[in-house]
Amino acid sequence: MMVRSTVVVLKKWGYAKYSFAIIFLLSLFTNTKAQTVEEIIQKVKTKLEKINDYEAEGKMKTNVAFIKAPVATVKVFYKKPDKLLILNETGISFIPKGSVNINLNNLFVNMNAFDIIDAGRDNEGLRVLKLLPKSDTADIVLSTLYVDEKNMLVKRSKTTTKENGTYELEMNYAKYLDYALPDRIVFSFNTKDYKLPKGITLDYDDGSEKNADKLKNKKGTVEISYKSYIINKGIDNKIFSK
Amino acid sequence: MWNLLKIELFKIFKRPRTYIAFGAIAAIVFLFQIALWFDGKTYIDLILSNIDASFDFSEQFKTRLLNGYFVCFAVLNILLIQMPLLVALIAGDVIAGEANMGTLRLSLTKPVGRTQYMLGKFFASSIYTVSLLLFLAVLALFGSILLFGTNDLVIFRSNSIHQMSHDDIFWRYLAAFGYAAVALTTVASLAFLLSVFADNSIGPIIATMSIVIVFTILSEMNIPLYDKTIKPYLFTTHMVAWKGFFYVQSNEEGATIKGSIENLPAILKSLFVLLTYIVLFVSSAIWIFRKKDILS
Repeated sequence: MMVRSTVVVLKKWGYAKYSFAIIFLLSLFTNTKAQTVEEIIQKVKTKLEKINDYEAEGKMKTNVAFIKAPVATVKVFYKKPDKLLILNETGISFIPKGSVNINLNNLFVNMNAFDIIDAGRDNEGLRVLKLLPKSDTADIVLSTLYVDEKNMLVKRSKTTTKENGTYELEMNYAKYLDYALPDRIVFSFNTKDYKLPKGITLDYDDGSEKNADKLKNKKGTVEISYKSYIINKGIDNKIFSK
Repeated sequence: MWNLLKIELFKIFKRPRTYIAFGAIAAIVFLFQIALWFDGKTYIDLILSNIDASFDFSEQFKTRLLNGYFVCFAVLNILLIQMPLLVALIAGDVIAGEANMGTLRLSLTKPVGRTQYMLGKFFASSIYTVSLLLFLAVLALFGSILLFGTNDLVIFRSNSIHQMSHDDIFWRYLAAFGYAAVALTTVASLAFLLSVFADNSIGPIIATMSIVIVFTILSEMNIPLYDKTIKPYLFTTHMVAWKGFFYVQSNEEGATIKGSIENLPAILKSLFVLLTYIVLFVSSAIWIFRKKDILS
């Protein structure tokens, strides 16, 4: 009888051990995942707030179905809180509407205006955060951020607006990772149809514009590959009035 | 032949009416440049209004867009349609004018063959045409560069926009002016041919103008029936091929390929059509003139 009760106690102790181990592992797991969306936003924001201003130099490729344009050397100027200018210093560049969104500070500076929803993770393991504006009159309808939690970097964003369609932004980081400044961005935007009357253009019909329908309702992209950044050295406000 | 040519050139450039065309071109180019100098932004806004929903256009963008190359293209776009009329003024008069004055028979009493005589007159008309074009080139291109400076050139076609960097433009203008010289010589040769039939210059000048106007309207009309049946055979369809030098190729990412032409074979085909017309008109004129009984 004595021996039997001793065996039962030992068995119970064994179950308890397993239970403790499982609880311990679960607690570890939940601790790593437990960053709330507010915490993530705050950490990303803190990283972005290191930048007061920057002047970046890079090459810009414009890929719009109806535009043939050379690769341009551009300078991008940013100043807190929301000033941004893409400037082709010598030539002409078609700058899409909404290009101010290539700097995420513009979104983060006004984060109180959004309700943030945790949408889990995407296939690449990036944390997906959905930002819904609190105001009914805001131009942004929905903004989705894809955050690399390890480095606290926004890798992708998708913003749907009332007036200007949907903007998508994809960013690659390398040299300026500590400042959350990308080395390459691809900005996608909606383009409206382009058409001028032939009576104005008096085109020469060389047979190259037969597939005009293919040019309609396409997405356009602007890709900027940054060569260098000059960070927090001060920028005159006058430059943004160009 | 050289002496004949000198005599014919002397005749053309001695007449005050020859300079009407130069004056008209100078007036149109200056008026256009002055209008764009003072109100070019309105013109630019009109062109950009089609895409301003998708792009932001700063004042700097508009100022740079309105550069000398762009203004020259706009001037040529308008003037190269009107210039055939100015060319016809001289080329249509070259034989008929002599007949009208009663000097044609006298001229042919000289020991010169009729073919040589006609070739001399045709080459003189062609030199006048080229000099008119050179005058236009200097005013429209260099004048506009002087007034508006240089920058990238953006061409707005009906369905696409082509941008060329500033160092990839000048050679295109040289090629375009070279092509335009052939195009205008085609009109000169038509007027030259019609001039053989008349005894006063009004007839061939008006007939040439009428043909050019009707053919230009047909060339610009978008009617599927005419697109393949009539348009490819009208010389006016091919006269605007100078613009093809400003249509560029792009790579898969949509970036302009420097030094490229979108459809060079199409331009060469148009050039061949125009040269064929010139040969046809001039040889017909000579053949008819050789058989003609000169009475005046």
